[in-house]
Amino acid sequence: MGYDDEGKTKGAFTVKILAIDTSNHPLTIALVEGGRLLATTTYNMVKNHSIYVMPTIDQLMKQVHWQPADLDRVVVAQGPGSYTGVRIAVTTAKVLADTIDCELVGVSSLAVLAANVPPISDQLVVPFFDARRGNVYAGGYQWQGGKLVEQFADTHVAMSQLVTQLADQEKSVVMVGQLTRKIKQHFDSNFPGNVQLLSPGYAVPAAYQLALLGQDQQPIENIDSFVPHYLLLTEAEVEWKKQHPHAPHRNYVQEV
Amino acid sequence: MTEPTLILAFESSCDETSVAVIKDGVEVLSNIVATQIASHQRFGGVVPEVASRHHIEQITKCTDEALAEAGVSYDQLSAVAVTYGPGLVGSLLVGVTAAKTVAWAHHLPLVPVNHMTGHLYAARFVGEFKYPQLALLVSGGHTELVYMVEEHQYQIIGETRDDAAGEAYDKIGRVMGVNYPAGKTVDEWAAKGNDTFHFPRAMEKEANFDFSFSGLKSAFINTVHNAHQRGETLNKYDLAASFQQSVVDVLAEKTVKALHRYPAEQFILAGGVAANHGLRQRLQHDLSKEFPDMTILQAPLKYCGDNAAMIGAAGTVNYLYGDRAGWDLNAVPGLSFPRMNPVTE
Repeated sequence: MGYDDEGKTKGAFTVKILAIDTSNHPLTIALVEGGRLLATTTYNMVKNHSIYVMPTIDQLMKQVHWQPADLDRVVVAQGPGSYTGVRIAVTTAKVLADTIDCELVGVSSLAVLAANVPPISDQLVVPFFDARRGNVYAGGYQWQGGKLVEQFADTHVAMSQLVTQLADQEKSVVMVGQLTRKIKQHFDSNFPGNVQLLSPGYAVPAAYQLALLGQDQQPIENIDSFVPHYLLLTEAEVEWKKQHPHAPHRNYVQEV
Repeated sequence: MTEPTLILAFESSCDETSVAVIKDGVEVLSNIVATQIASHQRFGGVVPEVASRHHIEQITKCTDEALAEAGVSYDQLSAVAVTYGPGLVGSLLVGVTAAKTVAWAHHLPLVPVNHMTGHLYAARFVGEFKYPQLALLVSGGHTELVYMVEEHQYQIIGETRDDAAGEAYDKIGRVMGVNYPAGKTVDEWAAKGNDTFHFPRAMEKEANFDFSFSGLKSAFINTVHNAHQRGETLNKYDLAASFQQSVVDVLAEKTVKALHRYPAEQFILAGGVAANHGLRQRLQHDLSKEFPDMTILQAPLKYCGDNAAMIGAAGTVNYLYGDRAGWDLNAVPGLSFPRMNPVTE
């Protein structure tokens, strides 16, 4: 993507972005042109993303009078999150970028939540999603010079352990996410003094934020190899690796 | 000269990612199949989450290769067809989502296809269809007799009440140390042995066209376990032959019975288990003797397993009948043909 606004074909002011996030229950889709939001739709409690993603994209595109081939870049929340949810957005984004030959960018689904937090420097932002059985997916981010910079990588961790670790931070910490009943079953909701849980108003992902995070990133070079960031192997693979610790890595899928 | 009907078809219902381009419903211009068998062999069977992950790895590569090999561009396509069920929901969703995206991006109609119709239409690659038609569809997930009074109308007249035939092969294969998918090896062993164990033939005498393979499976497993406890080793070729003889007897006899009740111009054998040589020979022999005027089409071996070519063939028929899906198309893991009311004789 070029930023030459001297009149080259694609200046920053005309780049058309479609951003998609279906990593968890919320579904959020936005159309952004030159950094400006043109249209967005967010549903917060979608049970079945497969039914809603394409109709929502179609509706938004019609509203702004864009054709699919007009898109310059697709930005997708690449996980972590619900495996099926992440796969629907990533399949849509990957296939779309491949089929119309436009740019593709993946952004951490956790970073999308972190971007909801106003840019106060010297504050660690820790977004989290429920990952079942008292576990969460969480990452550490910080605003630096207007950019969201990763402080620790997205990880799968017990909520109680995460909060204990955050208590040792010298900076103040803000956590952003939905403290669901399921997490509460395993976590006593005691946050240390330096850790603040933001109100649920910050915990709904916005595809506009996703588009802004993805607009400056280098596009994916090999679209075929683009896959979700699950963070976890499947249980079957974990078990198999335990029994076969020295098995060499190989390609398990073959064209016949 | 009229323009050809060119269908881009997607299939991802289980452990194969496949994309094909089909011309006029019968000509396979390309059929890319990426199989995950080597992956699931680590676990002794298909693990759904692993399958879904492989599908998303393969999907764009298979699509691009299918179009390139066919020498067809998006603007030449008539429609996009996709399997939306039955199958594993996570696997189906990758193909459904990909097909929707391609169709939407290129302003093409989206045609939903029942995976079982796809299996049936694998036989279309070897001959024209005639009606009324009876099909025996046998695979790892399904065993059913489907009756078609005319084109594009499907009714189940009999189906398995428990395991599918292919599933039974995999389960007894495991007992003999044969990894999934076990059908081919068991079929090969069966050819070298004899039916010495006389396993039960389930529901053979009942006045319906349903199947059951779990009793046979249990009898097989008990026989092997009891012998093992006595310290005996049974002849694996005879075990395989006895198992296969029981499966083939039930399938063939129910098919003959069904054809007497529902006369057909044509019989079709299709599905993954239709690759079984014992079954192919037996049905060809019994049916041509019993119904000399009926034509018999067997799905070619290369299209018995899951593939997008057969989805494209079935999708072409659906397309011409005007079947269309909206952008809200969802995977339907339990999709099934309607069941004809049980026969009371």
